[in-house]
Amino acid sequence: MVEVLTGTFAVKAGHAQMLKGGVIMDVVNAEQALIAAEAGAVAVMALERVPADIRADGGVARMTDPQIICDIMDAVSIPVMAKVRIGHFVEAQILEYLGVDYIDESEVLTPADELHHIWKQDYKVPFVCGCRNLGEALRRVSEGASMIRTKGEAGTGDVVEAVRHMRAVQDAIRKLQTMPEDELVVEARDMQVSLELLIKTKELGRMPVVNFAAGGVATPADAALMMQLGADGVFVGSGVFKSDNPVQRGYAIVQAVTHYNDPEILANVSKGLGEAMVGISAKSLPEEELLAARSR
Amino acid sequence: MEVGVLAIQGDFAEHIAVLGKLGVKAREVRLPEHLDSLDGLIIPGGESTTLSRLMTIYNLREPVAQMAAQGRAVWGTCAGMIMLAQEITENDPIPLGVMDIGVQRNAFGRQVDSFEQTLDVSALGPDPFHAIFIRAPVIIRVGEEVDVLSTLDADRPVAVQQGNLMATSFHPELTDDHRFHSYFLELAGGNGRPPRPKRNAGGNSAS
Repeated sequence: MVEVLTGTFAVKAGHAQMLKGGVIMDVVNAEQALIAAEAGAVAVMALERVPADIRADGGVARMTDPQIICDIMDAVSIPVMAKVRIGHFVEAQILEYLGVDYIDESEVLTPADELHHIWKQDYKVPFVCGCRNLGEALRRVSEGASMIRTKGEAGTGDVVEAVRHMRAVQDAIRKLQTMPEDELVVEARDMQVSLELLIKTKELGRMPVVNFAAGGVATPADAALMMQLGADGVFVGSGVFKSDNPVQRGYAIVQAVTHYNDPEILANVSKGLGEAMVGISAKSLPEEELLAARSR
Repeated sequence: MEVGVLAIQGDFAEHIAVLGKLGVKAREVRLPEHLDSLDGLIIPGGESTTLSRLMTIYNLREPVAQMAAQGRAVWGTCAGMIMLAQEITENDPIPLGVMDIGVQRNAFGRQVDSFEQTLDVSALGPDPFHAIFIRAPVIIRVGEEVDVLSTLDADRPVAVQQGNLMATSFHPELTDDHRFHSYFLELAGGNGRPPRPKRNAGGNSAS
């Protein structure tokens, strides 16, 4: 018999590579999932409430009802992702059983464990995790994440935190590339990451897995900004379905991610989209309401 | 010789990196004018519904189909294979219809069913090829003019060639084995097309 290998790093990280240059949209039901697919999303993130509503409603945010996830998986042929609380490995077991294509261990939901993330190596289903800097990213990769997204500040429509986190990651990689070998041990210790993974990142000149931008992208220009800063693709949470015209805005953001270096196209797709989501300045949020600070 | 990689979505950078290792600088293709004077084009892996929409709105369908008809080399991997097909089993995406094959999307199931497996590809020589299948499509109909380069389980074609056109269900761009890319460059070079492979050559290394 020919050996058939499933759940390997190559197929998990490879799936994220197929999403590159694309937009992953948050959806709360099958109807929205169909709209997202129609607008050219490369995948949808199934959840019960978009981050803007989670922020407004307060309370504990958990894994979405499996029925909603199944309805969304039945409705669209594109990949379906879903979120679990940080450290909630049973929610992850349930999502793997359902057959979702990617699990987001997400700070947008209320953390189930304040110290530990899920040990993601043992799952066949791939995981994406958030980061604010290269250290957080590489720690998640060590745990088995095969895709990273910078956290930004979800549900705000304010891109400032997404920019901060993407710049932090890119700066750290640039610094690493010119760092002499004898300083890497201390750098790995300070970053709390393995030396091996740090050396690999230095050699590659990029994160060893795909890195999307997330948390605050609301316009085509925001999406193109994140791409020019070095994102491999973009997650749009509340930005599409909390706006006036989700189909048109979604499609415009998809085109902006493809043509992120073409101001003429960016100008054209940005015209007449109606109101963007109502934003909250991330700066106006008190420390305890910042989702990005929920894990390190 | 100049080849391009369709860069509207998907793992185009991976293809460009492999071509670079083979000494070929590839052009990113996002608009029709980027196709000018190319000897070959790769349509990468990605999400076929997204590729389909963006190819339509940026008027890439006609010129890519023309390239294929003019005998220039075109190779589709995974989503790219779906786009080259004559027909697929669903209404969406809309394929280009340039290759005489029928394709089924997500033929092996969802992401948890994605897999790696070794294939025999006689056109590439005796060494087996390690193939990575991700939410992969399979070919369910093969036209008269189409040669099968490799099959899975002896009867499911996963790599095919029709003259200057080539399609693979899997992702050679994700491995360090660059023989498929070299084969494609031979097609694009046009200096005598590679020998027409024997029909139904290949199969599993177990066979």
